[in-house]
Amino acid sequence: MNATATLRLALAALVRNRTRSLLTMLGIVIGVAAVIVTIAIGVGASAQVQTNIQKLGANLIVIQPGSITAGGARSGFSGASTLTPQDGLAIAALPGVAAVSPLVTLRTQVVAGQNNWQTSVSGVAPSYTFIKSWPLASGRFFTQSDDAAAAKVAVLGQTVIAQLFPDGSNPIGATVLIKGVPFTVIGTLTPLGQSGMGQDQDDTVLIPYTSAMERLTGLTTVNQLMVSAASANVIDAVQNEATTLLAARHRIAPGQPDDFQVRNLQSIAQAAASTGAVLEFLLAGVAAVSLIVGGIGIMNIMMVSVSERTREIGLRMSVGARGVTILRQFLAEAALLATAGGAVGVVVGIAGTTAIALAAHWPTQIPPAAVVLSVAFSALVGIFFGYYPAQRAAQLNPIEALRFE
Amino acid sequence: MTPVVAVRDLRKVYQLGDTEVAALRGVDLTIEPGEFIAVMGPSGSGKSTFMHIVGLLDAPTAGTYAFEGTDASNLDADARADIRSRRLGFVFQAYNLLPRTSALENVELPMVYSGVPEAERRRIALEKMEIVGIAHLAKHHPNQMSGGQQQRVAIARSLVNNPGLILADEPTGALDTATSLEVMRLFARLNAEAGITIMLVTHEPDIAAHARRTVAFRDGLVVGDAPNRERAA
Ligand SMILES: Nc1ncnc2c1ncn2[C@@H]1O[C@H](COP(=O)(O)OP(=O)(O)OP(=O)(O)O)[C@@H](O)[C@H]1O
Ligand SMILES: [Mg+2]
Repeated sequence: MNATATLRLALAALVRNRTRSLLTMLGIVIGVAAVIVTIAIGVGASAQVQTNIQKLGANLIVIQPGSITAGGARSGFSGASTLTPQDGLAIAALPGVAAVSPLVTLRTQVVAGQNNWQTSVSGVAPSYTFIKSWPLASGRFFTQSDDAAAAKVAVLGQTVIAQLFPDGSNPIGATVLIKGVPFTVIGTLTPLGQSGMGQDQDDTVLIPYTSAMERLTGLTTVNQLMVSAASANVIDAVQNEATTLLAARHRIAPGQPDDFQVRNLQSIAQAAASTGAVLEFLLAGVAAVSLIVGGIGIMNIMMVSVSERTREIGLRMSVGARGVTILRQFLAEAALLATAGGAVGVVVGIAGTTAIALAAHWPTQIPPAAVVLSVAFSALVGIFFGYYPAQRAAQLNPIEALRFE
Repeated sequence: MTPVVAVRDLRKVYQLGDTEVAALRGVDLTIEPGEFIAVMGPSGSGKSTFMHIVGLLDAPTAGTYAFEGTDASNLDADARADIRSRRLGFVFQAYNLLPRTSALENVELPMVYSGVPEAERRRIALEKMEIVGIAHLAKHHPNQMSGGQQQRVAIARSLVNNPGLILADEPTGALDTATSLEVMRLFARLNAEAGITIMLVTHEPDIAAHARRTVAFRDGLVVGDAPNRERAA
């Protein structure tokens, strides 16, 4: 008997036992749908983390204080910073460097009239908006001369504006008190939304780093140097040269650990990607387990089916079916059930994913390979778990099978 | 002419735990083409065992069996299945039709395994259903038919591969007297008009009387073999 004939026999048997077939499929449907939904959420989330990291800025290299110990673990950032704006100027002179901005951060109270708000205040250089690819919504950004004068000017993020100017009035020209010091608002930033780490990036006030150091922190050091390489090709070179330069400037003896660390966005992106991969792997594992449970369901029902249909098997054998033909029919039934269950599961999974994306506003993505693989896997599950019952059916003795009550 | 069935000193021993049950203890029998034989005997005399071996559903423990001139004593399960598929037809006491399946599809079933193309299957099945007088029930399912009608479906099914031998184990065992008579007349007509060789197992002399020859079994041996002088009509 050829394959089409076997499939048609199997199909006829499945249609004859419609309810049982549908119930058997249910396990696989749920398994495959679970696989699709979890993969869609996992892939969607890590894709969003990636784009968010890309959004952080062009060819960004971040230099932070602190060292890497021999074991590879980072010592805390809490250690006193040794990074200075002069380090930044020196790095800016290196070839391949497009822009450098120091970053001085503090959390403090900002007051405008009756309204006040606890926010993150960042002291940065004029190149900051370029480094972050963050355009202004209105007004202007500060200049070199604002920097040189430690001018009391500020640029506000949208969340801060919403908190301090709830009546919708134009903040430009208004005075805000930052840690009690009056600053004039000269510009507003476009909304950026949440960062990949879930922070509200618009909850920020930008001021010249010189003003932040002289008027707010009173320190001569900065929290971070943000360096933008001229192109993606020179990121590694810039990173190496900046490391060498800073080590020399900080008089780090050879063999001693640096008191700073230089990281680029790619390494951060890679770290995030590997975290995402672990997550996807876990989710897919859980989903695969549910598929296997579905397969065991198939085996169960096929076993029941074989004993329920013992007389039918005996009859088929008596009219000339070989054992192997019976085996193939039962295998085909299991594979058909599992594949059909897989196909329905894909539809349910896509529908479920869409529903979740709409309801929870989660980013989701369904890779076509996941669809193909989960259907193929469920067919395999069907064949694997269908084999034992099919084998039992094929080995029945026709006389005993016919006599079976 | 080559006999359809030729068995010599056929023996069958069943192993039941430690005890051995000798169901057949040396049967000799020849069935020529066109014969209509009734096998009779008390319960446990080995009638069904004999029919299963002749029908190649089971293998003998000892002795020889030639089916249509070829030795069939030592065939494996697949080879037996192939001969059943092409040359043998079965009718059972319990009809054994596939449930939730139309009469037509039930009749077609043996041809599915012997590889007859679909259109041809349909044509042959309808033709045989016509012969046994149930063509108008082609679309009915077994649970929509009387016992006699179901047994006719089973008889049509046994005919589709033009078998050299039809084996019927108590085919009227589940039917009332009137329906039994109709079914036996059908067998007699198939034998007389189409020349189909039939071996039928029964307890009842009235039923056996429709055959042309009666073989009596007792304790696994043939104890009587005679043509029927007075055939029922
Ligand atoms: N599968 C089996 N295992 C063990 N013993 C068996 C088996 N089949 C039949 N027997 C025994 O073989 C003997 C013959 O049985 P068989 O079924 O051939 O009798 P029968 O003439 O058909 O009887 P009945 O008229 O009751 O159908 C009996 O003693 C029976 O118990
Ligand atoms: Mg019997």
